[in-house]
Amino acid sequence: MASIDTPAPPSHSNRPSAHSDSGDRNLLARLWYDKKTRGVLLQILTVALLLAFVSYITSNAIANLELLGKTFSFDFLSEPAHYDINQTLIEYSSKATHLRAGIVGMLNTLLIAVCGIILATILGFLLGVLRLSPNWLVSNMVYCYIEFVRNTPVLLQILLVHGLVVHVLPKPRDALEWANISDAVFFTNRGVFSPMPLPQDGFGWVTATFVLAVVGSIIFARWAKKRQDETGQHLPVFLISLGAVFGLPLLAYLLAGSPLGWDIPELKGFNFRGGFVIRPEFLALWIALSLYTAAFIAEIVRAGILAIDKGQWEASLAVGMSRSRTLNLVIIPQAMRVIVPPLTSQYLNLTKNSSLAIAIGYMDVVATVGGITLMQTGKEMETMIIVIGFYLSVSLFISSIMNWYNNRIKLVER
Amino acid sequence: MKRILLGAIGALAMGATAASAGTLADVKARGSLVCIVNSGFVGFASTDKDGKWQGYDVDYCKATAAAVLGDPSKVKYKPATGKTRFTILNSGEGDVLWRNTTWTFVRDVDVKLAFQGVNYYDGQGFMVNKKLGVKSAKDLDGASVCIQTGTTTELNLADYFRVNKIKYEPVPTENNEESRRNILAGRCDVYTTDASGLAATRATFKDPENWVILPEIISKEPLGPVTRHGDDNWSDIIRWVKNAILAAEELGITQANVEAMAAKAGNNPEINRLLGTEGDLGGMLGLDKRWAVNAIKAVGNFGEIFERNIGTKTPVGLERGLNALWTDGGLQYTPPFR
Repeated sequence: MASIDTPAPPSHSNRPSAHSDSGDRNLLARLWYDKKTRGVLLQILTVALLLAFVSYITSNAIANLELLGKTFSFDFLSEPAHYDINQTLIEYSSKATHLRAGIVGMLNTLLIAVCGIILATILGFLLGVLRLSPNWLVSNMVYCYIEFVRNTPVLLQILLVHGLVVHVLPKPRDALEWANISDAVFFTNRGVFSPMPLPQDGFGWVTATFVLAVVGSIIFARWAKKRQDETGQHLPVFLISLGAVFGLPLLAYLLAGSPLGWDIPELKGFNFRGGFVIRPEFLALWIALSLYTAAFIAEIVRAGILAIDKGQWEASLAVGMSRSRTLNLVIIPQAMRVIVPPLTSQYLNLTKNSSLAIAIGYMDVVATVGGITLMQTGKEMETMIIVIGFYLSVSLFISSIMNWYNNRIKLVER
Repeated sequence: MKRILLGAIGALAMGATAASAGTLADVKARGSLVCIVNSGFVGFASTDKDGKWQGYDVDYCKATAAAVLGDPSKVKYKPATGKTRFTILNSGEGDVLWRNTTWTFVRDVDVKLAFQGVNYYDGQGFMVNKKLGVKSAKDLDGASVCIQTGTTTELNLADYFRVNKIKYEPVPTENNEESRRNILAGRCDVYTTDASGLAATRATFKDPENWVILPEIISKEPLGPVTRHGDDNWSDIIRWVKNAILAAEELGITQANVEAMAAKAGNNPEINRLLGTEGDLGGMLGLDKRWAVNAIKAVGNFGEIFERNIGTKTPVGLERGLNALWTDGGLQYTPPFR
């Protein structure tokens, strides 16, 4: 193989006219036949073609928008939205801007993503462990559940759960007769209404104690670990921390004279008013997405546990650890290395699947910016850029957190 | 490999530019009209047991196809939700939007749509179950309100309740069918949309007699056909097909008698011009001389379309009201065929 720095044959030097031509050709040919340079050339060519293609698409879109007489601008974001949203985490009215409506939608998406990820993870780990249970019935029931959920479309599951919530739960008036817990929590097809705590003077002490207890527990846990490393003595860290985190604030609460009022929901006219409400659309989406994703996570957890060599089990049991301690201290920490990467992609799937919210009228970012704002302003390109940009940032954020976590738990190679 | 890639890009460029010829030429070349209609709205656009489209808006699609292509069956229906309709029209996936769409300033000017007049004068109303004992929209404080998202009704609702200081919970859905399911399940107390839509939805209930439409009409909803900005010839065709249907009622031309009246020129010069026995209005539009005859023969005149699909003898049961001819105290009025 000719290499790039092979000198040209000297015999050509005394034929000037043909010389440069054939020399160039030789150079090109040599560049082409060199594996390394050819690779570089092909890459440059690919990038150039890609850039040409992207710039063609962009200019085509701009030209076609101009043909329709549409301008590309984000000015509409500062105009009043004129529509109402039924679930808002920040203050919002129809007089607020499209930007604020968009933020309300984004927060609703984040809320469903965070709640969904938490519930799906808990359920998924539980199901994954149960799937491996030596109990035939438990294992096979979980198996049936996983196969059913994984093999039907999530949109249908969302519609099914919403239909169940709306049809099975009673209307507000009927909820007074049944479907309530001691006349304080009401389950209706307009939402689950529960009392909302209203902090009063002196509640700051309770909060402060809680923060102190959490910080104290972390310090205690570190100290206990160090102590165990040094002396081998084990302290029930979890139970002590649990007691501190819940017990101390409770004590402070009682000492401060129970400084907490309750806003209890009441049936007035058409609906319950006051209290804390979880809307059926949120509930349905949350349950459906969590159940769906949990089935995938269960399989990932099962695969992770099975990936650990049987010898690890046997060794752990042989030194006298119980089955559950073996699972918690030996198997799962090692299995996490296998579990985390595919788990990340399930978290991303859940977040992206939440865009199906519009099917049941949950006002997420697709329903606000990508829906009503798009319709009222006709800015398809701009609103879609916002929505896609939002999902992209959220997904990348989740990935980076999970990658950080993955780096922390991965096998340290020496 | 390079050549293949360049070829692919070239083909893409050709595909992107091919769509820019006039809509009329496109429709004629294709041999069918792509009509964007509601995805399911009894009386206006819905499919029957055999999957055939029918309804008030569908009849206008048929009339357009008859006028342009001479055959009312040459229509491809493209169902759209409130959210997707303008994108489908603007992207060129459909030729005309006949989907109970409200003519507003922003849509006309800023969204770059071309509204071609009004074929149904509507207004937004409220429907509740009689059991609730609600007599007026002002009694709705605290109610849950079912609404279709992406519509003007959503904005009217927010404005009306804000002005009247009424609190409510909006329960948005993507289309009429989901709102219907929600109100029947009791997810909301009241359903709000155009009054015609309320009547059409009520007609599909098991117990329509238990549902009442409240007296308040809180908005003007002039519904009409929409085309893309910048194709004036095609816009003219849509506008004058709509006008021809209306003129037919004014002039006493019906589905039954149109052939006889078009057989030879009669005494009324306006009828002669409309039916092409005098002058060539069709030619001016780039259509056949018998364009209006074909349209009227396919679906009848305005009154016939109304009574067949949504009139008092149908389950929808709407009165002519604002949609009576101007000579009968209504608003329906067509510019002269001259």
